[in-house]
Amino acid sequence: MEHIQQHPARVSRAMTRLLDRLQLWLPRLVVAPTFVLVGIGIYGFMIWTGVLSFTSSSFLPVYDFVGLDQYAKLMNNERWLTASINLGIFGGLFILCCLVIGVLLAIFLDQKIRQEGALRTLYLYPMALSMIVTGTVWKWILNPSLGVEKLMHDWGWPSFTFDWLITPDMAIYTIVIAAVWQSSGFVMALFLAGLRGVDSSIIRAARVDGASLPRIYWSIILPTLRPVFFSAVMVLAHIAIKSFDLVMTMTAGGPGYSTDLPAVFMYTHSFTRGQMGLGSASAMLMLGAILALLVPYLYSELRGKHHG
Amino acid sequence: MANPIHTGLRPSRIAIYTVLIVAALVYLIPLITMLITSFKTPMDIRTGNLMALPSEWTTMGWSKAWSEACTGVRCDGIRGYFWNSFKMTVPAVLISTLLGAFNGYVLSKWSFRGSNLFFGMLLFGCFVPFQVVLLPMAATLGKLGLANTTTGLVLVHVIYGVAFTTLFFRNYYVAIPDALIKAARLDGAGFFTIFFRILLPMSTPIIMVSLIWQFTQIWNDFLFGVVFASGDSQPITVALNNLVNTTTGVKEYNVDMAAAMIAALPTLVVYMVAGKYFIRGLTAGSVKG
Repeated sequence: MEHIQQHPARVSRAMTRLLDRLQLWLPRLVVAPTFVLVGIGIYGFMIWTGVLSFTSSSFLPVYDFVGLDQYAKLMNNERWLTASINLGIFGGLFILCCLVIGVLLAIFLDQKIRQEGALRTLYLYPMALSMIVTGTVWKWILNPSLGVEKLMHDWGWPSFTFDWLITPDMAIYTIVIAAVWQSSGFVMALFLAGLRGVDSSIIRAARVDGASLPRIYWSIILPTLRPVFFSAVMVLAHIAIKSFDLVMTMTAGGPGYSTDLPAVFMYTHSFTRGQMGLGSASAMLMLGAILALLVPYLYSELRGKHHG
Repeated sequence: MANPIHTGLRPSRIAIYTVLIVAALVYLIPLITMLITSFKTPMDIRTGNLMALPSEWTTMGWSKAWSEACTGVRCDGIRGYFWNSFKMTVPAVLISTLLGAFNGYVLSKWSFRGSNLFFGMLLFGCFVPFQVVLLPMAATLGKLGLANTTTGLVLVHVIYGVAFTTLFFRNYYVAIPDALIKAARLDGAGFFTIFFRILLPMSTPIIMVSLIWQFTQIWNDFLFGVVFASGDSQPITVALNNLVNTTTGVKEYNVDMAAAMIAALPTLVVYMVAGKYFIRGLTAGSVKG
């Protein structure tokens, strides 16, 4: 009898120990699939692309080491130069316009506006659209013969011309217009959330002291929103560096290659022109650009957290 | 009660409202133009202008875009690609949200040695420009026999979406008191019991955020679609781009606009129905990320 009674107790103790062990490993097991997928799909592939950028791969990957040849080729490539300059123009203007429009709309919306919710919905809906849809619409609106130009002619301004879309020096600005239309509402949402967190007694106190509202915003409130400002710039810069869809739809990089951006360059060389090595090198430089932005940003974020 | 009426009459208030309403119109005009044009006849498009209403409303553009328009070589409309997008988006959204929920749960409530490093890895993954993984991914999908398949696209979207969904859930669960979890563990609840009985029932808002964010991202994706799919498996964004940039024949802008509307409708509807979750996803993803 004693034997039989002891047995289940021992078994259940062993079971508990097994369960404890399992309990310890279960969390790791659960995240394991993601760990593997992300480990290979992001980090492994990143290294793989890095390796490819040091080879002479053209249509198929070849693993011969050619050093920095592809990077040197890239630096002397007229088209890459254009793409980089375009990124500067596009990124700079895009970030600036989005910030100005977004901040202004957020401040205006923060004045106890009736129908604020409806207006906010309208400013932000372009973010829900695909860049391909945005590109299609703006390509139509900016169409040199049937778009805005025709509208102005019909409205009694016959000399009005607007052909930026097909003018090599101006086409990049049409991409800026479409991109700002799509993303400025997002900056508005970020800043509006930030403004809602500002203590309203600060405004009242400053008003009592006789400061005007624009002055209060410019020298008291906006400086407190520095973190929001940094995240907005971060996200916008990220969008700019990755920009691909809009260019593909609106100009496909043209006229000529006047609206090429690094992402378009990378795609064209890797997948349609069979210059895998060069494409990889350009991808690595894009990664470098993002890192140059990201590292200082994350550093200041983490430091900020340590200091409470 | 008197105060709002009083402030409503001040000139500065009028100026503020004017700016806000003009801005709203600027954001709306492209959508209006797209809608008007999609209902016009080709004749109307040539004689009228962007803001002129159609002299004769017709759904010709819509039916042609849906079932006859040429996207590259083939001329049977965008309907097939529209369904491709659904077949790709629905599984990818569900799988990435499920994985994200579990990851977020582990990272916030069952942290282990190295879990912070893992979280950092995921966080960084949100920022990597996808150009840096395209070539190896194309080679790998080819080896796995998944090149140009919807399954391949689902896999790709899960891999590059799971970092975001994990971030959403982790930040949401971090705010739930650990004492709750400890108490449940003392009562003998295990890993899965705690998740399904305690955390999941209070997760509805963040599940909505994750579903909507992922749906919008994946539906709207163009880069992965154009690189990893061809012909029959292409998503709607790629088909729309092909349609718009087809150079053969006479350009029919009513068809282009109808096709753009069809491609935009699913995400627009989601935005109108559940916009507040979309906005929460946007701000959560960027402020915390």
